[in-house]
Amino acid sequence: MITETEFAAAVDSRSRRPIYSIMQAAHIGIAGLGGLGSNIAAALVRSGIGHLTLADFDTVELSNINRQLYALSHIGMKKADALPEILHGINPFCKIDAHDLRITAENCKTLFADCDIIIEAFDLPEQKAMLVNAVLEQMPEKHLISGSGMAGFGRANAITTRRITERLTLCGDGVTDVADGDGLTASRVMICAGHMAARAVEIIFNQE
Amino acid sequence: MVTINGEQKDCAGMTVSALLASMQLLPARTAVMIGGEILPKASYDRPLTDGDEVEIIGFVGGG
Repeated sequence: MITETEFAAAVDSRSRRPIYSIMQAAHIGIAGLGGLGSNIAAALVRSGIGHLTLADFDTVELSNINRQLYALSHIGMKKADALPEILHGINPFCKIDAHDLRITAENCKTLFADCDIIIEAFDLPEQKAMLVNAVLEQMPEKHLISGSGMAGFGRANAITTRRITERLTLCGDGVTDVADGDGLTASRVMICAGHMAARAVEIIFNQE
Repeated sequence: MVTINGEQKDCAGMTVSALLASMQLLPARTAVMIGGEILPKASYDRPLTDGDEVEIIGFVGGG
């Protein structure tokens, strides 16, 4: 059995300054546990994030396996049950509050009230717009990271991190829409997820 | 002149709804910021005024 002290030492092992203790103090909310949300969560628990609030109403399906963190054995499970199981297999010391619910403009303020950073990781553009509008209107003090444009097989370098305001970051290429018909590939979705997780870590360390 | 996503446009007096329509953007897939503040959907009939700095985010599907 690995102890938390051993896990923290391994996270910190090649860094001049402590990573684990800083990450441990942070609380991040992730809205949507699909291709973006599941991969962002994995990146954050590997770096020792202290507390995650996760929410999605969806069930793992075969069509998710091409880009989402889940394995075939998770098919049929609620994402809010399957993802904490995977994440705790990577880092059992992360506190995870997972909610099997549909996020709305009405419930998001309560759901993410204690989070320092909220990450929009939905699939549908209407849902993305709903959450970004709701967070900016109701919780302007929060950091918000949103992802838009990672479909198809285009250039990896077209996916960027863009600071819209001090509190709002937009990641993605901004244009490739899954509705254009080229589907979604794990590589581009994970690049966008990587941008979003990296921005969250940057915010955490900048607050130090 | 109004600044739309960093570009100067001659659209003072135009409402945000009309601007979105001209850009073929659906309000339900959009977030609009004016001067760094989010514009509530209920205010999309607000006419743009000279000097407004507008950031329009049109969301696309996939995640």
